[in-house]
Amino acid sequence: MEAYLDNSATTRVSEPVIDLVVKLMREDYGNPSSKHLKGFQAEQYLRRASEQIAATLKCSPKEILFTSGGTESNNTAIIGGAQAASRRGKHVIVSSVEHSSVKEPFRALEQRGYKVTWLPVDKNGIVDLEALKSALDDETILVSCMAVNNEMGAVEPIEEIGRIVKDFNPEILYHVDAIQAYGKFRLPVHRIHCDTLSVSGHKIHAPKGTGFLYIAKGTKISPIIYGGGQQGGMRSGTENVPGYAGLGLAAQLAYGSDFDAKIDRLYALKEQFTADLRSLDGVTINGKTGRESAPHIVSASFEGVRAEVLLHALEERGIYVSSGSACSSNRPGLSSTLQAIGVPGPLLDSTLRFSFCFETTREELDYCIQTLRELLPKLRLFTRH
Amino acid sequence: MITAFLIKYGEIGIKGNNRYIFEDALVRQIRHALYGIDGGFKVHKESGRIYATATEAFDSDEVIEALKKVFGIVWICPVEEIDDNGFDDLSEHCIRFLKESYPEENFSFKVQARRGRKNYPMDSMEINAQLGGRILDAMPQTRVDVHNPEVLLRVEIRGKIYMYCKEIPGPGGMPVGTAGKAMLLLSGGIDSPVAGYMISKRGVQIEATYFHAPPYTSERAKQKVVDLADEVSAYAGPIRLHIVNFTDIQMAIYQKCPHDELTIIMRRFMMQIAEEIARKNDCLGLITGESIGQVASQTMPSLLCTNAVCTLPVYRPLIGMDKQEIINISEKIGTYDTSIEPYEDCCTIFVAKHPVTKPLLHVIERDEKKLDGIEELVKKAVDTEEIISCGKKIPEVY
Repeated sequence: MEAYLDNSATTRVSEPVIDLVVKLMREDYGNPSSKHLKGFQAEQYLRRASEQIAATLKCSPKEILFTSGGTESNNTAIIGGAQAASRRGKHVIVSSVEHSSVKEPFRALEQRGYKVTWLPVDKNGIVDLEALKSALDDETILVSCMAVNNEMGAVEPIEEIGRIVKDFNPEILYHVDAIQAYGKFRLPVHRIHCDTLSVSGHKIHAPKGTGFLYIAKGTKISPIIYGGGQQGGMRSGTENVPGYAGLGLAAQLAYGSDFDAKIDRLYALKEQFTADLRSLDGVTINGKTGRESAPHIVSASFEGVRAEVLLHALEERGIYVSSGSACSSNRPGLSSTLQAIGVPGPLLDSTLRFSFCFETTREELDYCIQTLRELLPKLRLFTRH
Repeated sequence: MITAFLIKYGEIGIKGNNRYIFEDALVRQIRHALYGIDGGFKVHKESGRIYATATEAFDSDEVIEALKKVFGIVWICPVEEIDDNGFDDLSEHCIRFLKESYPEENFSFKVQARRGRKNYPMDSMEINAQLGGRILDAMPQTRVDVHNPEVLLRVEIRGKIYMYCKEIPGPGGMPVGTAGKAMLLLSGGIDSPVAGYMISKRGVQIEATYFHAPPYTSERAKQKVVDLADEVSAYAGPIRLHIVNFTDIQMAIYQKCPHDELTIIMRRFMMQIAEEIARKNDCLGLITGESIGQVASQTMPSLLCTNAVCTLPVYRPLIGMDKQEIINISEKIGTYDTSIEPYEDCCTIFVAKHPVTKPLLHVIERDEKKLDGIEELVKKAVDTEEIISCGKKIPEVY
């Protein structure tokens, strides 16, 4: 049996999306910038994709910028946003549990002379709103926070943050990294009050190398890629038409009429899975569970077992998961998120992430639990001293 | 215009009646190195020289880079090959060749002719003098310096005539395949690929054994070792990599033996298994990347303990080198960047905090007796080995 439980790393592209992408590669391969009919047709596909996406965010199709994925979307919003607003101030604020595609652009800003405030989080990984309120000042130009934490599935109070930021000063740019949240939560952008919101295609069964950035009308962002002026000059380069058409379809499918039912099912799977995990010896679930957390991510620490060893032992039995932290003999890559939420030292290197998609079945999860039940006692015999 | 490469070899030249074996091996290695490189090179030997002659367009730098990895080559000389159409024609070609090679036309030079074909109407001294004169006439800013010339123009008269004025050092050593075969214990570290390279330089064909310990070592760690074998094979020629599943043995040692002796005992089993595979594959020795005192398992008492299980000679080319010296070689041969990829190998996963540095052989042997049933595990490990062919894939007929 095989159980792919690493859907927060990437997902399988869904069949209708594959068919559409192949059709575009094979038949409708025009360049949307071409003046002839083939170009016009390609442009129509882009238009349709941005309409499909806009419908899921309740925004205008003109507010969708296609990108190569989550990392580029985050970079465009943060670097491009800070640059456009740099005359108003040099202070930016971000949570301390972000993905590296947010963290690193902020570090880059730090090096360019911006002042960065890293907001602390509580033991569940939730951003401290009081810290945000006291950090905001006249110099603040950008606030960024992720919607769902990629390592433990914590759900951040992005609407409250939006209100706090915009009440303080509506001119401050508010960016939301929704890469793990999109497709699992309804994200009406007008309620979040965000100016930008980033999404990655391959987390929602669209191809890798696709993604988008929502940019609210009137928001000033400097492009970070220059060239032929495609997409209104915001991101030059011939559009990945097949990929974006696939992304549009995947977005529509993610938010279909069965959305609530699918989410309920995921929460039920997660509840059972976390209960089963807790029934094993020496297992801790990190962060909140239930409706207060993301429906598709479970972070668990396994006492006395190294994550990487457990990961490979599971892989031998066809179960694919992520280790909470990259790891090697000199341990350079312990997760800063897990450290930030206060996971004790010995468990940092013993944490796995299980992540589901709508195709995940009860059988796969039962198989995973059963395998863990067999493996854990064996692996605990051989602990490094 | 360069049309061929003249290859000079040193040490081989002094071999006696076996010389042809070494020359043929070198020809074979050169063909191997040039396979897949543009130029359609034909390689042949001719009285103490090997020529690689292009039949199509080629990139000189690419060819030289490839030849620099062939052990046995001492000098690589890019030559122009011309037909013998009399001395006047030869002089014109020489002058043109010099002008092409040194367009500034302002240098001291010396002509050194050699006649492989003794029926050429002039002898070498005459050719030197006459050619020198004509060059001076044609390029008045040049001057002759027979002691320290800036440019040494060599003219070899054989079936055809070869002109050259540049010599690029080759790697030296002996052609791979002339010395026999040895089994390299290849981990993912910095040292073992270098050890393989160094022994291979003496003409030794290499096979390699890697100990894989899933799930403690990952597929990426294994891929890293395959990559290293590929990189070493750029010098050593094709390498058969034997991958041995070591998990059960390691677990047995871990459960039954004192933890501070883990690494020593583990290495003794590795040597034992490598030797068994070596014998099965006609290898005449083992190669390790050990260096005295580098880590606990490489102190002299430790080496004594690990060496005790082997009857084949164990070649340890790095034994007297410092880490930095080893790193320098590894950077030179291009294995360093792969070696430092951060995947755990089975030597690092169960290291004790304070491993023994002065193990006593009788103590180790006594503690190993606790491993009842280990022979079967060893047999199973040997029987279930996986073999991967590393290096350039070349069709048999080539």
